[in-house]
Amino acid sequence: MIEIEHLTRRYGDRTVVRDVSLTVGRGQIAALVGTSGSGKTTLLRMINRLVQPTAGRVLIDGTDTATVPAHLLRRRIGYAIQGHGLFPHRTVAQNIATVPRLLGWDAARIRARVDELLDLFQLPPVEFRDRLPHQLSGGQQQRVGVSRALAARPDLLLMDEPFGALDPVIRASAQADLRRIQRELGTTLVIVTHDIDEAMALGDRIGVMDQGLLLQYAPPRAILTDPATPFVARLIGTDQRPFHLLSLSRVADLATPGTADGPPVAPDASLRDALALCLWSGRGALPVQGGGVVTLEALRRAARPGGAGADP
Amino acid sequence: MIGRAALGLAAAVLAAFLLAPERFAPLLRPLAANGAPPIYTQTSLLGLTLWHLALVAAAVAASTVVAVGLGILVTRPGWRDVLPLARTVTSVGQTFPPVAVLALAVPLMGFGSGPTLLALFLYGLLPIFENTLAGLTGLPPAVTEAARGMGMTPAQRLVQVELPLALPVILAGVRLSAVIALSTATIGSTVAARTLGEVIIAGLLSSNTAFVVQGGVVVGTLALLIHAGFVWLERRLAPGGPSDRR
Ligand SMILES: Nc1ncnc2c1ncn2[C@@H]1O[C@H](COP(=O)(O)OP(=O)(O)OP(=O)(O)O)[C@@H](O)[C@H]1O
Ligand SMILES: [Mg+2]
Repeated sequence: MIEIEHLTRRYGDRTVVRDVSLTVGRGQIAALVGTSGSGKTTLLRMINRLVQPTAGRVLIDGTDTATVPAHLLRRRIGYAIQGHGLFPHRTVAQNIATVPRLLGWDAARIRARVDELLDLFQLPPVEFRDRLPHQLSGGQQQRVGVSRALAARPDLLLMDEPFGALDPVIRASAQADLRRIQRELGTTLVIVTHDIDEAMALGDRIGVMDQGLLLQYAPPRAILTDPATPFVARLIGTDQRPFHLLSLSRVADLATPGTADGPPVAPDASLRDALALCLWSGRGALPVQGGGVVTLEALRRAARPGGAGADP
Repeated sequence: MIGRAALGLAAAVLAAFLLAPERFAPLLRPLAANGAPPIYTQTSLLGLTLWHLALVAAAVAASTVVAVGLGILVTRPGWRDVLPLARTVTSVGQTFPPVAVLALAVPLMGFGSGPTLLALFLYGLLPIFENTLAGLTGLPPAVTEAARGMGMTPAQRLVQVELPLALPVILAGVRLSAVIALSTATIGSTVAARTLGEVIIAGLLSSNTAFVVQGGVVVGTLALLIHAGFVWLERRLAPGGPSDRR
């Protein structure tokens, strides 16, 4: 668990992070969004003390981080830096092995872990293990950067726009992989992103920052239906709100008894996918795999604030 | 490659000349006026060359240790205040003429290799120091931040990340110092250090151009070869250099 208490950072007389407090529960994902220069990276870097707070403190599982030697603190916290920051003179495998080596893992265990991570991020180990960073594409470099952050199975993970350079297909699968690993290991994750879809897809809570202030820190649904300020509403984008809302619920949540024609939809598909299927196939209702139907009428209700799933 | 062939040829000719200088006598005779000997024989040319190289190697090694050490020191947090002082010391080392260093050092250290070693050492500090500084401060911020973020200690960052990445730039400084020292070392012979300068000075004193030329050409060729060797090493060590291409 991370508790951030009244964190402030000033550079000269500019305050780039202003009295920010938030808590990320164990195994939860906090997604930070905001305009460029709003202080997201600075806030993130105060968690692992790459930036020294001007005021305030950070507690990790109840321990004030200021009381732990910085390098030991950082070995426990996975960090995927904005723009990957791979060591140019070290191979992919050596890069990923950085923290395990600092922690003194034996060679066989490190090697197994490296290959496991490369496989996970669709970089075949035989092909990629011994390459140098400059021999990779931007997207491949980013995935290696994320692998390096995950290598020592940290309880706490900080990621700064980790998937910015990935194409939509690989990005979606990388997000799904991250979500899966995070759930399996119960990792607490703070992720900075420019992509509202990504924040919606990953965040248990979304933090919206502007000019060093944390304007709102709330579950995605609350950010959508009850934005704290006009800026929050603008950042999320009013035109996409119904679709974001639909993407937050599963078909199973909305299914009602009944039957309908045509190919069925999976119960764990999002309502957004179900709506798209309705519109595309011109049907008013879809059968749900394993029984029941989801109707266009129900989907329309769910796309409005106060619709389905508002009080789960 | 033409460059590489030319270097190979130069090395071969140099080796042939040093091992059997008398065979080159016909070539140099036109330069030796009034039947003077065309080849310097007072001391073995090979021996002088080895002495010369040893002197340069010792001086450059000392400059490297001190200048790199100084460069590392002033880039550590808490030591930045020392930077202006270090800059001044190394700059003075370079601007103070080596001949003057010799003149001042002889009364203290006596004749022989000592004063020359000192002069070369001081003269070589600046390029290595400045390049170490450039190498260590010019690292990509994302890389140094990543090293901190992974939990490396300052010493681990220096040894595992900063120095390896700065190495090609530092080596370029060492190369500069080595090449300068190689030619500057010749003046050491004025204070009885054993260097190839002996041949050149003998040529000047006896108006024997053949001596001057053979001394000069040997030094020049050595400088060329050492320069090429360093450039090759720098390329190999640079990330993304030719050795990385697979
Ligand atoms: N070391 C520093 N010295 C002075 N100002 C800084 C420093 N680091 C960051 N800033 C300033 O603090 C502000 C916030 O920077 P930060 O990197 O946290 O923004 P960000 O929200 O991550 O932006 P982006 O989305 O572009 O990455 C910026 O205006 C930046 O110029
Ligand atoms: Mg940033």
